[in-house]
Amino acid sequence: MSFKRRRQGLNRTMKSAVVQLPGLNRDRDMIAALTKISGKAPVTVWQTETELPDVDLIVIPGGFSYGDYLRCGAIAARMPVMQAIKAKAEQGVKVLGVCNGFQILVEAGLLPGALMRNASLKFVCREVKLEVVNADTDFTRAYAKGQIIRSPVAHHDGNYFADAETLKSIEGNGQVVFRYAEGTNPNGSMGDIAGVMNKAGNVLGMMPHPENLIEAAHGGSDGRGIFASALEVIAA
Amino acid sequence: MIKARVTVTLKNGVLDPQGKAIEGALGALGFDGIGQVRQGKVFDLQIETADKAKAEADLKAMCEKLLANTVIENYSISFA
Repeated sequence: MSFKRRRQGLNRTMKSAVVQLPGLNRDRDMIAALTKISGKAPVTVWQTETELPDVDLIVIPGGFSYGDYLRCGAIAARMPVMQAIKAKAEQGVKVLGVCNGFQILVEAGLLPGALMRNASLKFVCREVKLEVVNADTDFTRAYAKGQIIRSPVAHHDGNYFADAETLKSIEGNGQVVFRYAEGTNPNGSMGDIAGVMNKAGNVLGMMPHPENLIEAAHGGSDGRGIFASALEVIAA
Repeated sequence: MIKARVTVTLKNGVLDPQGKAIEGALGALGFDGIGQVRQGKVFDLQIETADKAKAEADLKAMCEKLLANTVIENYSISFA
């Protein structure tokens, strides 16, 4: 991180927002993580909002929006707030989707590919290892390239799919940010893909839950770096 | 009123773990010779119009916008 970035981080507390939709249930964990790491509570945004507050980071947390009806994230992706998030993303505002948030982002077309039923057909709730494939992003600066971190996962539909052409292009562009490592792929994802960003690099989606591994009480703080990077907090 | 049926199926080449599991279960029940099972979805819609062309255009838009995820799924529309 450059001196200039450090100074910005020190002088100004980055602002964040957490999106709330019916059926999301990881919003409180996300609010707690963002508050603890940035020192400032995020604003919450309800699904019917058409204008978003002026923030640096918008987070769509995990859960089961609209009961996972039709396809996971499909109905949430068509709610008014998503149009507002699309507009913010086009302006360069950082957007992070975790678990159901990732599913919502791919359904909304903000990220490439699709998330399908786990290959095992089972809901998986366990800890996995992630490789930081790209550490040169707004979300992963706190890590080193190739670093292996721990992260919990809890999902039924995290099996990442993209057609051959899309896969080639996201791999080539450095858009694959996280991969399941050390044989811990819990869902059958192509290329062990666990987290993908858009081409511009300001929208990241990931199935694992970094917000649930940020402090000693969680048994580790491997997930902290994602929020520290996105919120430009020093000393992750 | 027009009655329509939308069928959504997975594209070729997209892995269908549920279809595979059903295929295995049918084999276990003694049904031989099943090459492949692919699971899909069916939507029956009633549309308050007499204009079939408009209904068809609307249904296509519904499929593109919501009923199908065209990254992984194909759709077809038929009328009763």
